[in-house]
Amino acid sequence: MKIILRNVNLVNPGQKINLSGTNVIIEGGKISKIGSLDPEDFKGEKKEFDLTGKYLVPGFFDMHVHLREPGREDEETVISGCNSAANGGFTGLACMPNTEPAIDSAEVVSLIKKQAADHLVNVFIIGAATLGRKGEFISPMAELKESGVVGFSDDGVAIKTAAILKRVLEYSAMYNLPVIEHCEDETLAGGAMNEGLNSTMLGLPPLPSVAEDLIVARDLLMAEYTNGRIHIAHISTKKSVELVRQAKKSGVKVTAEVTPHHFTLTDDSVKTYDTNYKMNPPLRTKADVEEIINGLKDGTIDCIASDHAPHSAEEKEVEFEFAPNGIIGLETQIGIALTELYQKKILSLEQVVEKMAVNPRRILNIPVPKFNPGEPADFTILDTDEVWTVDFNQFKSKSRNSPFNKKLLKGRALGVINKSRMYFMGEYFDI
Amino acid sequence: MPLTNRHLLGLQGISKEDIQLILDTTKTFREVLERPIKKVPTLQGKTVVNLFFENSTRTRISFELAERRLSADSVNFSASASSVTKGETFKDTIRNIEAMKVDMVVVRHSAAGTPQFLTRVCDASIINAGDGIHEHPTQALLDMYSIKEKLGKLEGLKVCMVGDIAHSRVALSNIYGLTTMGAKVSVCGPSTMIPRYIEELGVDVIYDIDEAIQENDVLNVLRIQLERKAREYFPSIREYSKYFGITEERLEKNGKDILIMHPGPINRGVELSSSVADGLNQIILQQVTNGVAVRMAILYLLGTLN
Repeated sequence: MKIILRNVNLVNPGQKINLSGTNVIIEGGKISKIGSLDPEDFKGEKKEFDLTGKYLVPGFFDMHVHLREPGREDEETVISGCNSAANGGFTGLACMPNTEPAIDSAEVVSLIKKQAADHLVNVFIIGAATLGRKGEFISPMAELKESGVVGFSDDGVAIKTAAILKRVLEYSAMYNLPVIEHCEDETLAGGAMNEGLNSTMLGLPPLPSVAEDLIVARDLLMAEYTNGRIHIAHISTKKSVELVRQAKKSGVKVTAEVTPHHFTLTDDSVKTYDTNYKMNPPLRTKADVEEIINGLKDGTIDCIASDHAPHSAEEKEVEFEFAPNGIIGLETQIGIALTELYQKKILSLEQVVEKMAVNPRRILNIPVPKFNPGEPADFTILDTDEVWTVDFNQFKSKSRNSPFNKKLLKGRALGVINKSRMYFMGEYFDI
Repeated sequence: MPLTNRHLLGLQGISKEDIQLILDTTKTFREVLERPIKKVPTLQGKTVVNLFFENSTRTRISFELAERRLSADSVNFSASASSVTKGETFKDTIRNIEAMKVDMVVVRHSAAGTPQFLTRVCDASIINAGDGIHEHPTQALLDMYSIKEKLGKLEGLKVCMVGDIAHSRVALSNIYGLTTMGAKVSVCGPSTMIPRYIEELGVDVIYDIDEAIQENDVLNVLRIQLERKAREYFPSIREYSKYFGITEERLEKNGKDILIMHPGPINRGVELSSSVADGLNQIILQQVTNGVAVRMAILYLLGTLN
């Protein structure tokens, strides 16, 4: 079926394109035309969308998602996670290897790929950096690379020792794949919230920011020494942003991501003991958030990723200290980025697209969708003006652990197009 | 005049008027405790559950006695913090207990914020009997009552909390309550046991115990946990008692009449020498007696709110 997107604005910083009020025709899953329409174009079976005032951008890509399959299919599956991604405005994601078993073999990779094969959303896989994520032996990285993984990580924890990190960086450098690090010194780990006045007042075990900074510093030095590629996941402290900025200046191959909760919320939110504010890294202070915003503006932070971490209600509705870390984010993050960064003029729309569609793919060596006739249609449709209220009952994720429920946002994704399928206003159809 | 809140979760944010009301009411019940018959019918027909997820003989007995002396029906529920191990979640446990139609729940738990959590899943009035290293409001109230009983006032007094401040719910509640009542609070202990940013609560930090003795009217000495985990914060018991323990010699050296308090149980020879623990300056057992009266006052004030 032919799809005609009428009067739409095109933004793709990957190609330096910023066009307003044009038309895009998609046929057989590919772009067939961009520009003014002829009577010829309306012939045949077609579906038209008037997208006046809306934006067509390269499909958004979330490089930090926990799909929970295999192991915790009660919390999320590959399919429910992909539905959540599509509903949130994403055409691609990368899933983390802290499943049960961990993604440390070609077999687990192929299982996930098989589950995702028919979905609109492209699922890319991050392999474990070490066997079983235990930090003892490096994983079969060559085999994992051959089976399709796009990066390595022991996410959930940092790579255990400097010695094994060195080998992981050396080995992965053969394939130019990034090592994605959850930066947290394990001897300082275990707290329930950021160490500060709030942790003292709330009586919660503290997790100091220096636990993150230490590993960021270690990783940057090791990346420099080995000439390997390091990607700092969910950066959360002022110091870490400063360290990454410095390292980038001196040519270290480093990239960094931040989650929407780390650029919007502080540890003040924990005061209610609501476990939907418990995650790792924990929410930090105003000074940290401000430096993260600076880092987003000056490019120190390359991308925005959700760290979508589904947990069952039974597991989350417990004493704060006993609750697992993590919140879901696929279906709120575009709205939050547009509301908190674009509407507040911290980032331009180009920069938002860069950080949510272009850069994540570049980091993982995945081609960025292009606005050229003949190219596959892999797009997100954005409405930057719609004011809406988050309602977690509308989520397609299996889990509900979001601190953003009932939050008023301005801007959202109306739909996505990819793999000859379209998801628009809550419905899938083949195109 | 009733209390402004139907729960007692902590002393943070509790008004001076409310604290004053509790202390005044305590005085009434303190007198009841001196009578030959120590029981009043005030809470007849009310049901209180003592929900203890953490071992605590003293606090539990104090609450139980307070409940009985007010003629409330009380039941004890003791469980390890992980009744989850039986397959029942904490939330289910609470809902079950609430379904039995109780009016008040006294809760002790190793996890901070548990009383707040309870107010969201249960309709009863919640009294915090100690949550993790967060707050222990009834202990602070009995401490404040005891100071006032002995020294006649709280306003303008200088009170020092001594010991492991970072892992003490007693310290935090005392800091909030005493500060609200116009006392000046300081803390004294090894730097590893003083939480970061505590000064932002208006508290002075002292590392020299002699200075703490000289500067203050009251020392509220906390129990040092002797198990391995707590021991990671100081080199040895010997070193702790040498530099932070209160001994008779030390009090004499500073030549000062100072009130010594301790929430119990005491590690004799560690934070307090035996001679100080039994000495003339201490009011440790009065604190225990006042504890029953304070808890009667709180149960009465919350139990008769509606």
